[in-house]
Amino acid sequence: MRRKIESLLIEFAKIHRFFMRFLRELVSPPYELKEIIRQCYEIGWKSFPLISLTGFIVGFVFTKQSRPSLEEFGATSMLPALISIAIVRALAPLVTALIASGKVGSQIGAELSSMNVTEQIDAMEVSGTNPTKFLIVSRIIATTTMIPVLCFYVAGIGLLGGYLSIAAKDDITMLSFFNQVFESIAVKDVFAMVIRAVVFGFTIGFSSCYVGYNSSKGTEGVGKAANTAVVSSMFLVFIEELLIVQVLSFF
Amino acid sequence: MEKEARNINYEDVVINVDKVSKSFGDLHILRDVELNLYNKENLVVLGRSGTGKSVLIKLISGLLKPDHGDIKVLGELVNKLDERELRALRQRIGFSFQNSALYDSMTVRENLEFPLVRNKRNLTRAEINKEVEEVLDGVGLSQAINQMPSELSGGQRKRIGIARTLILRPDIMLYDEPTAGLDPITCLDINSLINEVQERYKTSSIIITHDLACAKMVGDRMVMLLGGKFERQGTFEQIFDTEDERVKPFYDYNFIV
Repeated sequence: MRRKIESLLIEFAKIHRFFMRFLRELVSPPYELKEIIRQCYEIGWKSFPLISLTGFIVGFVFTKQSRPSLEEFGATSMLPALISIAIVRALAPLVTALIASGKVGSQIGAELSSMNVTEQIDAMEVSGTNPTKFLIVSRIIATTTMIPVLCFYVAGIGLLGGYLSIAAKDDITMLSFFNQVFESIAVKDVFAMVIRAVVFGFTIGFSSCYVGYNSSKGTEGVGKAANTAVVSSMFLVFIEELLIVQVLSFF
Repeated sequence: MEKEARNINYEDVVINVDKVSKSFGDLHILRDVELNLYNKENLVVLGRSGTGKSVLIKLISGLLKPDHGDIKVLGELVNKLDERELRALRQRIGFSFQNSALYDSMTVRENLEFPLVRNKRNLTRAEINKEVEEVLDGVGLSQAINQMPSELSGGQRKRIGIARTLILRPDIMLYDEPTAGLDPITCLDINSLINEVQERYKTSSIIITHDLACAKMVGDRMVMLLGGKFERQGTFEQIFDTEDERVKPFYDYNFIV
């Protein structure tokens, strides 16, 4: 038991040191702009097909599943308002974060870990390059900026899925659907969505980079790092969602 | 194939390892190790696997920190430098890794450009191209410039790894098992390349190996790491002129006596 607590405390100290190192390299020049843009492309653009499909399905299925409950009260006209609140306040950031945890988290974890195993990170270090700046800062900036962008996109595509689900049964135009959507959501809902997405984006980037960069040597370490990156990212996203909901309820 | 004796100034020390110890947990790898590398010298470090040969060059390049003792490289105390100073010093040290450590998501050209564009940010595209082509030509692999590391053979990867370290024109080269996993002909090529690098770039080198043919072909001087200490040093003949049971099997195995 004592040994477990000790190793837990050591792990926390390592995470703290990693975070401080990230902050130091974040603000100190030179900046790796080219690598940041490349990572934004890898993380943002290459996630679009998967995110599109998932966002659409979530909007469509959620609307379809919500219809029977509202039908009981003759309130199906409330469907656009219901799905807009659900998607903007909760589903869009959460779905984006979970998909990104799987796709981006595993990619970062495995890539950094395999670079670690094959001594590519050491090679960077000995050639006078700062691997924290090049590999870590660029990836964390990319996830923190791209996941909010993806989140807006998921909200839009999810609402489109919701519209198609409603339009399949009811006579509703896209214009009147989106009118009702925008009437139901307030600026603070969009603001809360952005906050969530930024926090989730940072968490996915940071935890995946930490796991990959500090992975154990050997091929087993690569698989383990990819797996741990996904699991830890998803776990932290849920914990943060719980905390953010509590904090935002005060406003 | 034995290396010709060269005139080395044994007053001009470029690396000084002074009573250095390193442990990993309860495992004592190096114990009060002392070593000098002289200017323009090729020093071979021999020893069994796991005796701390690679640890030694990682300590010299600042990738690891010693538990005790000092390491002076080109007049600077490596273990006392901050990150920025260490990065500046590392530009003068070339490190050739056992598995080449090429960046597998980049082409050969990008691998070679990588240290250059990050350390000499004011170079023009034409100057970068010239440097890359020159150093690639030096290792005889001009045709591989646009290939990915996965498309190269083991020997080619080693050559590109060496070329990548040479692009910053280092004063010191550290080779970690340069011939490991290669066929005898490719080993000869790599050994010749190490000697060519020394002659062309006037480098001082530490070569970690347990390949005695390589040691004989490239080394001006040799040291043998036994039980965490340098127990034997001198020329190839001096090292193996012994009945020490820890040393003899090296010779017997390599030369099938």
